[in-house]
Amino acid sequence: MWKTVLRRIMIMIPEVIILSLLVFLLAKAMPGDPFTGSINPKADPAQLHHLMEMNGLYDPWYQQYWNWVVHLFHGNLGNSYQYQEPVARLISSRAVNTLWLALFTTVLTYCFALPMGMYAAKHEGKLPDTIIRFYTYITYSIPFFVILVIGIWIFGYVLGWFPTTGSISSTANPGISSAGSRLYHILLPGIMGALFGTVNVVQYLRSEVIDAKRSDYVRTARSKGVPEADVYKHHIFRNSLLPIAAFAGYSITGLLNGSIFTETIFSYPGMGLLFINSINYRDYTVITALVLIYGILNLLGTLLSDIILSIVDPRIRIE
Amino acid sequence: MSLIEIKNLEVHYPIRSGFWNRVTDSVKAVDGISFNIEAGETYGLVGESGSGKSTTGKSVVGLEKVTSGSIMYQGKDITKKKNREALDYNHDVQMIFQDSLSSLNPRKRIEDIIAEPLRNFEHLSKDEEKLRVLQLLDIVGLDADALYKYPHQFSGGQRQRIGVARAVATNPKLIIADEPVSALDLSVQAQVLNFMKKIQREFGISYLFISHDLGVVRHMCNNIAIMNRGRLVEIGTRDDIYNHPIHIYTKRLLAAIPETNVNSRAEHRASRLAVEEIYQKQQDKYYDKDGLAYPLVPISPTHSVALPQDVAQEIIKQEGEVQA
Amino acid sequence: METTSNFLNIKDVSTAFKINGKYYDAISHVNLEVNHDEILAIVGESGCGKSTLATTIMGLHNPAETKITGTVDFEGTDLLKLDEKGYNKFRGSKIGMIFQDPLSALNPLKRVEAQISEVMDYHTDFTAEQKHDRVMELLDQVGIDNPKRTARQFPHELSGGMRQRVIIAIAIACKPDLIIADEPTTALDVTIQAQILDVLRDIQKENHAGIILITHDLGVVAETADRVAVMYAGQIVEEGSAEQIFNSPKHPYTRSLLRSMPQIDKQDDDLYVIQGNVPSLQKMPTTGDRFAPRTPWVPASEHEADPKMHDLGDGHEVRCTCYKNFEFPDQQGGVKS
Repeated sequence: MWKTVLRRIMIMIPEVIILSLLVFLLAKAMPGDPFTGSINPKADPAQLHHLMEMNGLYDPWYQQYWNWVVHLFHGNLGNSYQYQEPVARLISSRAVNTLWLALFTTVLTYCFALPMGMYAAKHEGKLPDTIIRFYTYITYSIPFFVILVIGIWIFGYVLGWFPTTGSISSTANPGISSAGSRLYHILLPGIMGALFGTVNVVQYLRSEVIDAKRSDYVRTARSKGVPEADVYKHHIFRNSLLPIAAFAGYSITGLLNGSIFTETIFSYPGMGLLFINSINYRDYTVITALVLIYGILNLLGTLLSDIILSIVDPRIRIE
Repeated sequence: MSLIEIKNLEVHYPIRSGFWNRVTDSVKAVDGISFNIEAGETYGLVGESGSGKSTTGKSVVGLEKVTSGSIMYQGKDITKKKNREALDYNHDVQMIFQDSLSSLNPRKRIEDIIAEPLRNFEHLSKDEEKLRVLQLLDIVGLDADALYKYPHQFSGGQRQRIGVARAVATNPKLIIADEPVSALDLSVQAQVLNFMKKIQREFGISYLFISHDLGVVRHMCNNIAIMNRGRLVEIGTRDDIYNHPIHIYTKRLLAAIPETNVNSRAEHRASRLAVEEIYQKQQDKYYDKDGLAYPLVPISPTHSVALPQDVAQEIIKQEGEVQA
Repeated sequence: METTSNFLNIKDVSTAFKINGKYYDAISHVNLEVNHDEILAIVGESGCGKSTLATTIMGLHNPAETKITGTVDFEGTDLLKLDEKGYNKFRGSKIGMIFQDPLSALNPLKRVEAQISEVMDYHTDFTAEQKHDRVMELLDQVGIDNPKRTARQFPHELSGGMRQRVIIAIAIACKPDLIIADEPTTALDVTIQAQILDVLRDIQKENHAGIILITHDLGVVAETADRVAVMYAGQIVEEGSAEQIFNSPKHPYTRSLLRSMPQIDKQDDDLYVIQGNVPSLQKMPTTGDRFAPRTPWVPASEHEADPKMHDLGDGHEVRCTCYKNFEFPDQQGGVKS
């Protein structure tokens, strides 16, 4: 199996190279430059010119790309033009926030979705099923950011239960209180994200369980005299949860992508917000680094899903 | 000259393994078989699941990439795509499948399903086409109102008859029938088999009849080949195979057919167990060191068996003594 | 063989399915009994209700969509009156079931051993070790050469014949009195089929079980069954010993079926074809002889208005009076074959 995993990772290398090249060129194709707006508007054009030259921004694109790649291999992602600090440090400080939010959202999503999906399928066609399906259709048909804005308005402003910006209160002391404050800040975006994220899992799990309910091996289990509750526990749910487990690999990367919406709307200082800001400020080094990270995470997510599937499902073996 | 001459046909599937996914071995689905199908006859190809009989059928119709060997039709080797196109081969050779529901497009009406081969090969006017489709439906015993229905609106037997109608639409010379009746009930099976025979009588079509059911094969086929692990173990006329089987594998298959004579139940079981014992104990007499069948040797003008000549003669002598 | 040792009595059982709000009988007024030490074959074509009868005995129908009437007396208990919990005491322990498609009937994600010992989890107080020993014993009994290896495998790693042996092992794990085998060999090659039927017969002898063998294959019936019940359109039309059914079939349907089989001596003739089609559930005739529409040349006066089973002696029974003068159209006036 490890051979195959290694091979898959090796195949990822050219994919990542192509991806980085594309990203780099797209970033360069954006109009504008990182300095014009960020320095004093009345700055001397000559000085601007000098800055551009210093940063190698007049070099041909392949020269710039090459420099970037060489630096990359030295672990140097460059400096952010906007924040004037190394991109690696900038991103890693933001990544922690995003990771906590993503993790919290994932856990919540499955906490909501698994019971809902199983319950709906077990009582297929009855009232609880209808209600759950109605709920999934509603959330599915409303755009994510609309849900977020409505949520922030009701719970943040009207009720005032949750903070609406930031990742930690400025007055929090280090230690317990800071951890509490962090949790408090991800509560609302996490719950909103989870409420939205459940839709896919619920629908998928529901149809898996309904298929399993009618399968021949479940009929075999019944004919063995296995009580109905155990039939569900040992056969139906177990077998239907496997594809969901494998789905987790994708869903984690999916959440990282989704964090762009959540973080922007909640002004939550994570990778998503950083990404949007760097696009606004033409912070090339940050954009390219982030897109590269997202890309690699997506590729790893697919691989992770395949590995999970091969572990939980004996029919699928990676060599 | 035979209609189709299959010579040393091999279909191997590569097995890839190792870090670079190189071809390290192959599955020999069809491993060097030869037989001829005469015009107007039904040739039976019999074997158990995994014997390679379906792969052989698909090779003959051109659906399978052949590793080596040749299939000669009108003097040309049709394992090559170029020759198939030059001869309009798929106009002359059609196929009937086992699963009639999944082999008929569920979104097309019967008219379009049956007319499809006509549209591919014969350019008829709308009226001529409709007339032909109606004739074809009539041949397989379906009413004109079937024209505008969809496959799911028919029973299994009716669908299989539609499959037969589609296959005969272009007046083919050969139809490959891969387990055409094994999914059908007895009374419906009888219907489909009768239609297949009727069509053969009227149009002189040849069949390559692929089946695991020796009862049906005996009813349908003039010449029969028994296939085992990609090779032929015995070929001969119906009489050769059913009344004078030589190879233990053939005998084993024949002994396993359930007998409808209730009175001889015990004897039949005893003889089956006796054959099974020989099959288990004398593997090295009947198979080579790799467990595969030997090359065929002729023992009469019509009958060949996959055994070394001396072993074959010894068995024939023994059989003669038993009968005398 | 004792003739009075029948332990399963099916009396007047009808099972109706709900289709678009209306109930339609899939089997109607079925009477059958099964004795120890015998194989009762139920034979008929698809849609005749033979599988419905099996699942009715096993109580595997969704009560919301099915209406079952009559009694299924199993060793003094009416199974149809039991609740889910009561039924589970019988399923797997006193009654074992073997299904048609051995691949889909096994849980793809559980090892063979777990699937066999699951039956014992609910019906025995065996220790883990005893269960393991029993699994080995069972796998050996159903003719698996290397029980240890097979026990650790997953269903997809086994051949069709091996899987069917595993299914049989599950069904017989608790030495049931009754084994219901629903088309146990349909998906298998003939040589494997013969082996599986041998295994079934051996087990029946060893356990003194009664077996209900459901099949469409007359050859399998002729080779294995002691008694045969022929079903058509939800009813039993003829019942008798294997000799009676195969040597002197009476009902037009039984005779038609036997006649449509390919015969050794008549290989170049056309096969006999039964006219018309099996009626669908919704179009099932509820009065008169249900097979009458498929023998249109028989005058209506030959049929009973409400066809009953008639006793011909020695346990041979046939439905309707039309069998008395029945002849095939091509044999009318000619010599009866």
